[in-house]
Amino acid sequence: MDIFLQQILNGLLLGSIYALVALGYTMVYGILGLINFAHGDIVMVGALVAWSVISALGASLPVPTVLLLATAAAIVVCVVLGLVVERAAYRPLRHAPRLAPLITAIGVSILIQYSAALVWGKQYLSLPEIVKPGQIEFGGAQITTTQAFIFVLACAIMAALLWFVKASRMGRAMRATEQNPDVAGLMGVNTTRVIAFTFALGASIGAIAGVMVVLYYGQGHYFMGFMLGLKAFTAAVLGGIGNIPGAMLGGLLLGLIESLAAGYMGDITGGVFGSNYRDVYAFIVLVLVLMLRPSGLMGVGSGDRA
Amino acid sequence: MNRRQLIHAAAAIATLLALTACGDKAAPPAPKKADAPKAPEVQVVKIGVASPLTGAQAHIGIDIRNGVQLAIEDANKAGVSIGGKAVKLEMVAEDDEANPTKATTVAQKLADAKVSAVVGHFNSGASIPASKIYADAGIPQISPSSTNPDYTLKGYKTTFRVVAHDGQQGPTLGRFALDKLKAKTIAVIDDSTAYGQGLADNFEAAVKVGGAKLVAREHTTDKDTDFKAILTKIKGKNPDLIMFGGIDPQAGPMKKQMAELGIKVPLIGGDGMQTPNFIKLAGEASEGTMASIPGLPKDKMPGGTEFLAKYKAKFNAEVELFAPMGYDAVMVFIEAMKRAGSSDPAKFLPEISKTNYNGVIGPIAFDEKGDLTNGPITIYVVKGGKWEALETVTPNTGANNTSKAEAPKDAAKK
Repeated sequence: MDIFLQQILNGLLLGSIYALVALGYTMVYGILGLINFAHGDIVMVGALVAWSVISALGASLPVPTVLLLATAAAIVVCVVLGLVVERAAYRPLRHAPRLAPLITAIGVSILIQYSAALVWGKQYLSLPEIVKPGQIEFGGAQITTTQAFIFVLACAIMAALLWFVKASRMGRAMRATEQNPDVAGLMGVNTTRVIAFTFALGASIGAIAGVMVVLYYGQGHYFMGFMLGLKAFTAAVLGGIGNIPGAMLGGLLLGLIESLAAGYMGDITGGVFGSNYRDVYAFIVLVLVLMLRPSGLMGVGSGDRA
Repeated sequence: MNRRQLIHAAAAIATLLALTACGDKAAPPAPKKADAPKAPEVQVVKIGVASPLTGAQAHIGIDIRNGVQLAIEDANKAGVSIGGKAVKLEMVAEDDEANPTKATTVAQKLADAKVSAVVGHFNSGASIPASKIYADAGIPQISPSSTNPDYTLKGYKTTFRVVAHDGQQGPTLGRFALDKLKAKTIAVIDDSTAYGQGLADNFEAAVKVGGAKLVAREHTTDKDTDFKAILTKIKGKNPDLIMFGGIDPQAGPMKKQMAELGIKVPLIGGDGMQTPNFIKLAGEASEGTMASIPGLPKDKMPGGTEFLAKYKAKFNAEVELFAPMGYDAVMVFIEAMKRAGSSDPAKFLPEISKTNYNGVIGPIAFDEKGDLTNGPITIYVVKGGKWEALETVTPNTGANNTSKAEAPKDAAKK
């Protein structure tokens, strides 16, 4: 039983990181109907910027200060990058056929990856353990304080985002733009600004997710955004792309599916589908969702908008 | 304008060609000068050495060449007589730039220079293509360092190596796990690469034969960083030992996550994770992790201390890695020539297979493929944040004299 509980906890933690990244996909899709494939790479840049800051400062400052500085630097760089990408690559294509921005997004993703390879090199960058985590015993399962902190922070960010979109003026403008950009524009909403803001918000949440990944796993490299982005995209589709609570649910579910599949499928199928198929389950789920419920678990049939 | 550019380009190419031609010609005159003043009855035996002498791996290549040079000087000082005639040995050093294509060029050059034997190359990727050229020319080749199993699997009679290959690491690790760690239940993880999976398969086969129970066989990839799911599953099976076939970017976080899940049993692996980076990634959790590297630690080699001092005195540098292997390779050639009474490769080649020589690195004997039998493998353990040599295991434990006869048979079974 404690093993099962442990797998659930593993899945939730992994899922909370997927969920944070998935938010970036889903917010941009909600407003622009664009799948921003470069988002995973923005997360990668956030992770590597944090790596650079932490490596440079090392033990010269107290650990919380270093972490705050690293997170701040990652957010600043990612927000600037997100805005530049939006301005340079997507805004000129806003009224182009939908395929054009999609292909552009893939191009931007590759551009960011190889620019990062130029800056940080192609090797794995490793980070020494700067926080010594404590152990928390939880009904026979073990988690570390770092994991608990990451999970709580991720949940707090998601809650704050939900509140922000529901209650703030900018959030209302985002929802209006999502429903109908033209009418929102007529009502006095500066849609261009709202779209830029959405990119910046997604990028900053992605930056925080990147810092979490680099801190928890202790390493990063220029290609790390690819798989993470793909999983997060799957999570967003699973929950219903364009739907913010859906992305959160999708992320957590995907983490659970991966964890339980890797943990039990091998034994259930007598070793035919072992842990080597772990990543496959995520995409089997993606295919099934697209076939059976194209709008996702929490998505409302949005029809063909835009 | 166009025409002038063309002329310039042509001139540049011509100059380059001339320079390369000069470079090629510059090497051969040196040996001629050396043997000119000698009396005609002193026969010269040329030993080739090919390794990267320029580029990122130059320090290791130069190390090998220095080992060969030291061996040749020692032998000449002691005086070598083959078939009753005094001979003088001479080194022909070539730079293969750690490049497989350049390696074949260099190999042809050595063959054309009529060397009697070759020590080289450093990289498996260079040794393998070059081995065909040496085989065609009938020149025996001993690699001091190439560990890829394929090197000796081409069926050439001329290829040998004086280092344990990757395929010997897994079984040796397996025996170590059974005999020394007394592991009864073992979980094995690999990273789905040729190296990692091969190592894990060899390990698995060895521990199964040895009577241990394999409780889990899990796979990850060489890109992954989250192993919690498979580690949790393994935790549920309660193994005595976890083996990982893979490299440090996975092994580091894996060990850390093992500690986080409260898995107390040790992790063991191959040379891919015996790196400082592993310790950096795993942090304090790295303590107690074991990993193997083919060969002995250089100060533990039977002739190690003496060799290190001699090397230092001659070159004013520390031995990097493979100089002792290069040294021994030359000695193996000389011994074979002496026994055959000839420096003709066709005559002394069969004698190399019968080698039973006590070198700097320890006893040297070859199996029928040309691999080192009893090639030692050293297990290291992380202690106080550093890799420390724990124990050296030879594939067939036992005295080298008694094991000589049965060694090839044993190796064939594997």
